[in-house]
Amino acid sequence: MTTLRAWLTDPNPGSRRPARLGQAWLAWLRLRRTPLAMSGLAIVSLLLAMAAFAPLFATHDPTVQDLTQRLLPPGTPGHWLGTDDFGRDIWSRIVHGARITLYIVALVALTAPPLGLLIGTVAGYFGGWVDEVLMRLTDIFLAFPRLILALALVAVLGPGIFNAVIAIALTAWPPYARVARAETLTVRNSDYIAAVRLQGAGAGRIILGHVMPMCLPSVIIRVTLDMAGVILIAAGLGFLGLGAQPPLPEWGLMISSGRKFLFEQWWVATMPGLAIFFVSLGFNLLGDGLRDVLDPRSASR
Amino acid sequence: MRRPFFSQMTSAPPTSAPSRGFPLLRQIASGLFTLAITLIGLLLVTFLIGRVVPIDPVLSIVGERATAAQYEAARQALGLDEPLWRQFAIYVTDALQGDLGTSIRTREPIAGEIARYFPATLELATLGTIIGVLVGVPAGVLAATRPGSLADQIVRLVGLMGYSMPVFWLGLIGLLVFYGHLGWVGGPGRLDPAYEMMLEFSMTQYTGAILIDTALNGAWDVFTNALSHIILPAGLLGYVSMAYISRMTRSFMMNELGQEYITTARVKGMPEWRVIWVHAMRNVMVPLITVIALSYAYLLEGSVLTETIFAWPGLGSYITDALFTADMPAVLGGTIVVGVVFVTLNMASDILYRLIDPRARG
Repeated sequence: MTTLRAWLTDPNPGSRRPARLGQAWLAWLRLRRTPLAMSGLAIVSLLLAMAAFAPLFATHDPTVQDLTQRLLPPGTPGHWLGTDDFGRDIWSRIVHGARITLYIVALVALTAPPLGLLIGTVAGYFGGWVDEVLMRLTDIFLAFPRLILALALVAVLGPGIFNAVIAIALTAWPPYARVARAETLTVRNSDYIAAVRLQGAGAGRIILGHVMPMCLPSVIIRVTLDMAGVILIAAGLGFLGLGAQPPLPEWGLMISSGRKFLFEQWWVATMPGLAIFFVSLGFNLLGDGLRDVLDPRSASR
Repeated sequence: MRRPFFSQMTSAPPTSAPSRGFPLLRQIASGLFTLAITLIGLLLVTFLIGRVVPIDPVLSIVGERATAAQYEAARQALGLDEPLWRQFAIYVTDALQGDLGTSIRTREPIAGEIARYFPATLELATLGTIIGVLVGVPAGVLAATRPGSLADQIVRLVGLMGYSMPVFWLGLIGLLVFYGHLGWVGGPGRLDPAYEMMLEFSMTQYTGAILIDTALNGAWDVFTNALSHIILPAGLLGYVSMAYISRMTRSFMMNELGQEYITTARVKGMPEWRVIWVHAMRNVMVPLITVIALSYAYLLEGSVLTETIFAWPGLGSYITDALFTADMPAVLGGTIVVGVVFVTLNMASDILYRLIDPRARG
């Protein structure tokens, strides 16, 4: 352990890989000192664990109905968060709902940032009319209120998780394009790019191999901060009945099904909302901490 | 350097490169040009969405049993036999003249319907923003003057919670606690049903905003009732915008307090409240206006889900109701209106920013 630490903190790293790992280790040490960010990390890890081992955490099958066990209050033996109007265990549904949330978040994170990254780097690298056109397009999409555009898109595509993901991804890419373009402008005229170009590399190779990696850190921070928003929009679409469809245990959908008896059986709507709140708080706390640690502008404090 | 038209959420508005002639006028002109391009793009997106929608607009008008001739006549009346680019030209011209098409559900002009629904949304979002500013600015200043203190941590955490809260869920919890259990506020809707009739038949409606209309009519009992209905959804939206405003205020104020003129003022023995609220605040106000305008625009959007919870007869309810009856023209009309307001607010804050801050004029 000590040798590993010494290797990581060695001020004269032998090559690129230890140097990079050393940087990551130092960032991790800084992150570990901020309790808020660590609690965010804990929440996100818990989400991952719950999604991965859902059957182990859940006490019941999330979709099996038992009408004799309808609307039991929290604290009932065997159903510690209570049951919903079909007698399904709310805790088990929340646990399995973590999978759906993670699925949505992962799909959006795999589609929107690469799209934004591509548009932003191409715009920034070529400049001129390409930049003008692409950035105008970005501005137009940025001008749309996200939730409403997602609503209109889902209305066209039809309700469902996958369509909700497409709608969210189509509304989520513009900020990434902005960030990537700004980063590209700072590296575009640097010597190392000129050197690669003189070696005969084409635009595609330069953008993919030498510009995009430079944009990654700021894009990753942005992704973490954005995930909370993605979760909230997905839950909102689910709540309106435009996202996941019954009987899937999606959290927003669960809230909307509990709305009918809010005043008598409050727990049906309340519990999944708490889950949404904690998970998006987790992503926000983590993203906030990561930005403080990784962003060179705030690290100088 | 190309100046981005829309200021991003996380960064202060950038300053522009200097230009000659009448810089302010020229910037406003180029801003208006950008605005026009953006609006046309906005219309293009809604137009394309409207074309790929799997509902046949002709069929929904003439009905299933129309003859081929009737169908063709209706198709021509809608202009659907024209080439796509001409259809778009017609669409833009109509939209510019305030014609957003006809609702499939009610067979009424959409623009007129939206004009009836919009004041309720505007009233809600305005009150929400006022609450957000009144709480958010002092909270941000408090956090900035004592960085790292308990107060700072609390403001930060409360702000992050506001970012993380599903607003529709918070609305349900608010109804459950403050309406269901405590009975402190009015329930869903803008008024109790009895007052609703009074407003309809015995009062002049000046603005469409109930609080203002009832006050102008001197009907204070209706005013009180309306206030008890609006306070919960407005407070909710206020919390959301407070989260954003307090965070931005904190970072602007921190930045300002590190400047030398602040040190000078302190050395001269100026009272701290005056240093903060008079000297620093004047400079913080400039970027803060952009933030407030942005958060106002976000509240207009956030009202969609809030309105469904509180049965608030505003634009959000209009759009969602239209959505569930597959009334696509109405959905897209609502989308256009929200988009236009969004873009215009951005633009207005941009111009205001230049008017206030001489440095930004170049």
